[in-house]
Amino acid sequence: MSREAYQVPSLGGQNAFGDGFSGSLDGPVVAYLCGECNSRVSLKRGDQIRCKECGHRVLYKERTKRMVQFEAR
Amino acid sequence: MAPLIPSQKELDRRRLVGINAETVTNIPSTDFPGHWPGESHEWSLEKFKRDFNIEFHRNDRFEATFSLVGVDAAIANAFRRILMAEVPTLAIEFVFVHNNTSVIQDEVLASRLGLIPLKGSVEGINRMRWFKKPTEDDPDSGSTPSDYNTIVLRLDIECTENPDAERAETDPRKLYHNAHVYAKDITFHPVGRQEEYFVGDDAIQPVNPDILIAKLRPGQKIDMELHCIKGIGADHAKFSPVATATYRLLPDIKITKPIIGEDAKKFAKCFPRGVIELEPVTQEEAAQKGSGYENQIGEMKAVVRDPFKDTVSRECLRHEEFQDKVKLGRVRDHFIFNVESTGQFDSDVLFLESVKVLKLKCARWKRNLSDLMR
Repeated sequence: MSREAYQVPSLGGQNAFGDGFSGSLDGPVVAYLCGECNSRVSLKRGDQIRCKECGHRVLYKERTKRMVQFEAR
Repeated sequence: MAPLIPSQKELDRRRLVGINAETVTNIPSTDFPGHWPGESHEWSLEKFKRDFNIEFHRNDRFEATFSLVGVDAAIANAFRRILMAEVPTLAIEFVFVHNNTSVIQDEVLASRLGLIPLKGSVEGINRMRWFKKPTEDDPDSGSTPSDYNTIVLRLDIECTENPDAERAETDPRKLYHNAHVYAKDITFHPVGRQEEYFVGDDAIQPVNPDILIAKLRPGQKIDMELHCIKGIGADHAKFSPVATATYRLLPDIKITKPIIGEDAKKFAKCFPRGVIELEPVTQEEAAQKGSGYENQIGEMKAVVRDPFKDTVSRECLRHEEFQDKVKLGRVRDHFIFNVESTGQFDSDVLFLESVKVLKLKCARWKRNLSDLMR
């Protein structure tokens, strides 16, 4: 499944953070960027939110890979 | 009955707009039929040909100053307004952001990019057609991007560390590669027939290569596709082909009574340099009775040298000693234009373009009038 495809999160789910896209037991792997050392951190559901390189606890979501259109005005 | 012919003195009076200390008089033009009883002010091509005149004072690539003499203010103003708002030019309109991890937001970056003046083959730009934007009611009504209505530019840049930089270096431009993104980093990608027109120096490129677009730090990236279309200044200022297009009326200074000696020096100081000059009173003038120059041979008197340079500050009207000795005015039908191009067209071509636009407008008006008659 392409990471571009967006699915509306189901409202019925108990977990506000979604049960993932694929529905597999492990959940999808999502890449984040460390707020301290800027390295890529791949996290699954239930993983500790922590950079594997430096231990920083602030992670950022990556920018969308989708094309965004703007008018130059 | 033959039409009355006003005296030359009267005509000269009508040609001047009076400028007083706190008022401006004789403002509207009166040379149209029905204003002066008995006089014919019928517009005639012969008269227009005789009176009309254009003189260039300065004609650089990006700035032109010229005099347009013998037209009504309405026409001169029409040219000025057309220059600013209705001569079509090329500018970035659609920005497709693939990636932008810089600190500057997509929409801010897009609006910055739109304002960058572009240049390229004038023939190629003139041959381009309009890109019709889709309307809100009918999203499919817009034209499809093609080689005759869209120019494709790309900005694809990434900032990286510079391993060769010295350790103590603090300037980010030396410390990193591509720390500053400039207009010259925009690349042109011709499609279809654009390769015939926009070749070599005629390729679409920013007029000023050193416009700072964004600042980056290592790891940050900008990757966007920029679509340029033709547009007019009335739609958005980025499409305006001129930085400024202004006109002023030629100043007129008349010294009605002699200004001599120290007064003359002070009088000259009331104007910008070169407007008033000092000349010695000649023998003939001194000999003339009632001229005000009697027994003043060799004294310096003020004479008007070049009213063109005057800014009409009216400073001379503030001084007691020059009261009733000077009359300021402006010539009603002498327009000194100043056209400054943003770079897409040469400044003198721009004025001709504005004439072309006005001609097209008149043709359309005429066509619609004849439609009315049917």
